[in-house]
Amino acid sequence: MSGKMTVVEGSYAVAHSVKVCRPNVISAYPITPQTHIVEDLSQFMADGKIPNCEYINVESEFSALSTLVGASATGARTYSSTSSQGLELMHEVLFNASGMRLPIVMTVVNRAVSAPISIWNDHQDSISQRDTGWIQLYAENIQEMSDMTAQSFKIAEDKDVMLPAMVCMDGFILSHVFEPVILLEQELTDEFLPTYDPEHVLDTRNPLSFGTFADPSTYTEFRYLQQKGMDVALGKIEKAAEDFKTIFGRYYGGLIEPYMAEDAEILLMAMGSVVGTIKDVIDKARSQGIKVGLIKVRTFRPFPVEVIRSAVSNAAIVVTLDKNISIGLNEGALFTEVKSCLYNSDINVPVMGFMLGHGGRDIPMSTIQMIIDKAAQAIKSGIKVESEYADLRGELL
Amino acid sequence: MIHTSETMYKYLRPDKKFPHVWCAGCGIGIVMGALVRAIERTGFTKDEIVLVSGIGCSGRMSTYLDFNTLHTTHGRALSFATGIKLANPELNIIVVMGDGDATAIGGNHLIHTCRRNIDLTALIINNNIYGMTGGQYSPTTPMECKASTAQYGTIEKPFDICKLVEACGASFVARSTTYHAKMLDAMLSRAIDKKGFSVVEALSQCPVQYGRRNKKGSAVDMMMWYKDNSLSNPAFKKIPPGEVGEQFPVGILVDLDEPDYLERYSQIVKKAGGDRL
Repeated sequence: MSGKMTVVEGSYAVAHSVKVCRPNVISAYPITPQTHIVEDLSQFMADGKIPNCEYINVESEFSALSTLVGASATGARTYSSTSSQGLELMHEVLFNASGMRLPIVMTVVNRAVSAPISIWNDHQDSISQRDTGWIQLYAENIQEMSDMTAQSFKIAEDKDVMLPAMVCMDGFILSHVFEPVILLEQELTDEFLPTYDPEHVLDTRNPLSFGTFADPSTYTEFRYLQQKGMDVALGKIEKAAEDFKTIFGRYYGGLIEPYMAEDAEILLMAMGSVVGTIKDVIDKARSQGIKVGLIKVRTFRPFPVEVIRSAVSNAAIVVTLDKNISIGLNEGALFTEVKSCLYNSDINVPVMGFMLGHGGRDIPMSTIQMIIDKAAQAIKSGIKVESEYADLRGELL
Repeated sequence: MIHTSETMYKYLRPDKKFPHVWCAGCGIGIVMGALVRAIERTGFTKDEIVLVSGIGCSGRMSTYLDFNTLHTTHGRALSFATGIKLANPELNIIVVMGDGDATAIGGNHLIHTCRRNIDLTALIINNNIYGMTGGQYSPTTPMECKASTAQYGTIEKPFDICKLVEACGASFVARSTTYHAKMLDAMLSRAIDKKGFSVVEALSQCPVQYGRRNKKGSAVDMMMWYKDNSLSNPAFKKIPPGEVGEQFPVGILVDLDEPDYLERYSQIVKKAGGDRL
């Protein structure tokens, strides 16, 4: 069991986690608000604290991830970190990494996407990469982010998974804030995370090809097998959380974390740091006798369909909160996914969607309270608006 | 005689966009002043100018200046500008980029814009570092200099931006510094008037992210370094090889009269029997 708590910046805690996971190649390009992570790693490197590792500051995010694809194919444990436009620029290479089944781990410090330019937080960047074949995990606080980073290496590198993973943390809200954190101990991390031992690597003694041409007679099967990897990952994510608990004594749920959900009539669903605020609002509402609860979604890809179905089956209404929008559908991704996994099931729970906190707009407790009030109203008189912004400033329109 | 404060005020967006984000001692304000004076001298109205910028400290210029402006993505400003020029050749387009912006993430676009020789003016503000994101080394950070991602100094060779764009085919290449502010605005006037792709490299001090880490002294010290190490191009060429050290040429380095992309485009249209661009 681990225990010593220190007050550090969120970015530092992540960099420390990466360090104790013993990466072999780190490649990155500067972009706000991710930068502190790679700067801290650069400092660790300079201080000789990451043995057997190469670090390169390349000329673009496109190169950063391409470098890791090459490195990972040789059997190296690889890491990068990016945000917003940087992640969007990696789009093409994201498919390369997942298609070649390379378990690269990347921190995505979530930031809004331009235009208009914004350096502040929302989830549009990582949600836009939903279909690239990467595992996507979202952390609520710095401790969870720190622990999830180590878990992600274990999940991604599992022989039956072999998929890259992005671990998402809210820009500034988590990356730049100082909190008391138990930094991962090297000894315990070594016990938790085995050495990366891939079955297929670029090796002159046993030449292999990665990313070769697949004609119509074989292409479909590559995609099918990636999905199979995702299916297996569902169980491995839960297993990694359990293993982590055994060694470190901390646990946040596996695919989801329910909070006062069991008897909840109003069941909120959200990802990332907003969950902390929601829990506070729920505590307040519960003290007033309102039966409200929360499902924190830790794993967005693979999407935990069965787990979510059973988690929401007793609620009177499900309400999703999304820091992203599918422009043209007017829905956040969590809303779309939750509705989709309930359709064709025997669960008949209405779902309402709220989008909020885009481009760093603050999400005060009052906004969450307003959402709960609207949900309570919808239980009585039905859903009037299926999906809308919770914090639109009408006076600017 | 140009009255500086009046001229600046005319071209700024003082009510909406200030105070600016540049640090005390930053050279970008001097470069922006030179650009404004250069544009004033060319006689174009504000509406005839389009200022396109990328991302980084230099990218903020399109926020502060009152032209048609397009604030684009990191490294891609020249591609956006190419689109503007093709669709409306009447516009005078000035593209402001930093060293990381233009030569790292946007390096591909830079070399191909040179090769294409399209009538744009690129102002590359070179402060030898990624300033805004916290001092990571860029493609122009000198060898062995320290950066937040090079604690013991860089081991990669830097670009000489002027040589790079000359080799890639730019029609007009000039270099000046924040110390040589008047020369800078003269170079920019020439570049704006020049047909074809023009590049002006403005060496600009970053005392906060680059200077501090590398013991370069104050902003004034860094500007004095520009003064002490710069030479006119003819004087620079007379230095025997091996004795160049840190010295560098300023002024006009390349000035070619070659047909630009739109002229060639027009010729090929005629050749193919068309009658307009």
